[in-house]
Amino acid sequence: MIRHLLSGADPDLATATQILDTAAEMATVAGREVKKLPALRGRTVVNLFYEDSTRTRISFEAAAKRLSADVINFSAKGSSVTKGESLKDTALTLQAMGADAVVVRHPASGAPHRLANWVDGSVVNAGDGTHEHPTQALLDAYTMRSRLGRLAGLHVAIVGDVLHSRVARSNVLLLSTLGAKVTLVGPPTLIPMDISAALAPGTAVSYDLDAVLPDVDVVMMLRVQRERMNDSYFPSAREYSRRFGLDGPRMRRLPEHAIVMHPGPMNRGMEITPEVADSPRSTIVEQVANGVSVRMAVLYLLLGGNNL
Amino acid sequence: MTPYLIRNVSVVGAAPTDLLIRDGVVAETGSGLTAPDAGVIDGTGLVALPGLVDLHTHLREPGREDAETVESGSRAAALGGYTAVCAMANTSPVADTAGVVEQVWRLGREAGLVDVQPIGAVTVGLAGERLAELGAMADSAARVRIFSDDGHCVADPKLMRRALEYVKAFDGIIAQHAEEPRLTEGAQMHEGEVSTRLGLTGWPAVAEEAIIARDVLLAEHVGSRLHVCHVSTAGSVEVLRQAKARGVRVTAEVTPHHLLLTDAKAETYDPVYKVNPPLRTDTDIAALRAALAEGVIDIVATDHAPHAVEDKECEWAYARPGMLGLETALSIALDVLGPEWDLIAERMSRTPARIAGLDSHGVDPAPGVPANLTLVDPAARRVIEPADLASRSRNTPYARMTLPGRIVATFLRGEPTVLDGKAVK
Repeated sequence: MIRHLLSGADPDLATATQILDTAAEMATVAGREVKKLPALRGRTVVNLFYEDSTRTRISFEAAAKRLSADVINFSAKGSSVTKGESLKDTALTLQAMGADAVVVRHPASGAPHRLANWVDGSVVNAGDGTHEHPTQALLDAYTMRSRLGRLAGLHVAIVGDVLHSRVARSNVLLLSTLGAKVTLVGPPTLIPMDISAALAPGTAVSYDLDAVLPDVDVVMMLRVQRERMNDSYFPSAREYSRRFGLDGPRMRRLPEHAIVMHPGPMNRGMEITPEVADSPRSTIVEQVANGVSVRMAVLYLLLGGNNL
Repeated sequence: MTPYLIRNVSVVGAAPTDLLIRDGVVAETGSGLTAPDAGVIDGTGLVALPGLVDLHTHLREPGREDAETVESGSRAAALGGYTAVCAMANTSPVADTAGVVEQVWRLGREAGLVDVQPIGAVTVGLAGERLAELGAMADSAARVRIFSDDGHCVADPKLMRRALEYVKAFDGIIAQHAEEPRLTEGAQMHEGEVSTRLGLTGWPAVAEEAIIARDVLLAEHVGSRLHVCHVSTAGSVEVLRQAKARGVRVTAEVTPHHLLLTDAKAETYDPVYKVNPPLRTDTDIAALRAALAEGVIDIVATDHAPHAVEDKECEWAYARPGMLGLETALSIALDVLGPEWDLIAERMSRTPARIAGLDSHGVDPAPGVPANLTLVDPAARRVIEPADLASRSRNTPYARMTLPGRIVATFLRGEPTVLDGKAVK
């Protein structure tokens, strides 16, 4: 098993499959009356969050607690971090407290990689800057596999602000390992020119959402910040929605079996309309539930937990 | 002043000879020299070069004496074979007045390890808004001739034009940090495959090339001297090649790190590899090496940029850009160019001295010439250990690399500043 989970490229096919299979077992726990396993009893998991992200933090917290780990939430607000303590000093503090795993969310790309140099425990990247968010990619893969029964050979369109998206990077890397084909869709300003060479050679790029939709099994809509228009990535929110938003008529261009995903939080009316988000094709709520199972699997496997 | 007799040394790669240094000058050359009162250095296997001249050094004093001082930087320079360095203006306070440049100049004299030639800021506070008192700095004891806002680009085309014109009155030169600021907002590393993969904001090559293209046109228009700092891209080389072919009075430098290291180093997220302009690609390195050999790029300059540990031992985006260079530059040049001694002397001593107007430097050791020279052992190989460096800072990108060549001795006006590879003071 890998020691850290920093990138969607870290798990090879066997490891990624093991994580997804383990997550499926973890999911059965959620259906029980007592949603708890003793697997990580006595182990300490620190949630180190330098960015507000209630959804991700709660998901990791629930995952660790269901495995009976001791959970310490270390939020940058109201802590020594806001007093100017360096990442290294924080790392040494966590090290001294005996953290077995550190789950880190940070606005700077690569911060989890730096942290991994300074702690003995496992580091889980819970989103770093505009870089990666590997557990999101794992839960997305898990959701696709649950809904569509396979990953190899799937065609996945990832639509939106690929340039600034950690979700997109991790998904491209992991889906490539798992044998899915990815097409990235968005305005040219938001799709780096060399993205396929940088991440996975088979990755396709399109600037025409309507042309791509009839051919995909999965369409994953990325959150697009309205403020990007102030930096001339696109002229206006309305124009963005018209060209790259997923609405009812566009959804109906999808093959019948295709699913619609979104990592949340959504900008309803920007990249996705309520009609689509709330439709039966949408897996958005499932993704949240699957997130807990997948994060349980990741923590369990990284920390070499006892038998289930 | 103790005379020194260097026996059997190759001057800039020529057949071995003896060199007698007396009263600040090279007194005699030839074989079998005798001088009973002289200290003797066995120069067998060593190469004597005119003392190296660095056109681009950050000494950090005044303001960040925790990272470097004029004295510690001077010692690092001497150990690197330098006899003169040009100190960049981005200190705190900024070297934008006669008072500050004279202070730096005086500190250099007191340290006495290399000649410290201050560079003056082009604009007040490096803010890019109005000209600093360039004439006052030129007339001061520091006799400033090079002006630069290095660290910042003089981005306003009108201001750049005026600066180029104004310094003609005292044969000054504007050294431009070529970086179009709007194209590099938040930039962290070279824009390309690696930045896309790492999720770090890209610094596109065109942001450098566009400013160089504009500036050579401005320099041509007003007939002034332009120097381009730390050229880092293949495209910049082409712009310079065309400008030089037209006769534009432009010179350019390349740093040792841009000749050796690529953006792949950022994969570690270790900010010791963060530098501005950023490390580029193999294609750029090949073009820069060819341009240096050919003379499209005139000189090697270190951009020696010391930073305190806390400014590097952090997240990449929060780290300050820059790397040490003075103590390793000659080794990198040897590694990149091979033992091409005349070329090395030209690119690291003679030409930078000429650009800076430092007449007593950059002259090959010969009878009657000021004894500013350094002795290199080209056969030596050394492992770079950050803790062994004389700089106050440790941010060398060459840590634990094995590099060729070692400075055995350096002389400044006939006085040894380095003997047996160690600083004498």
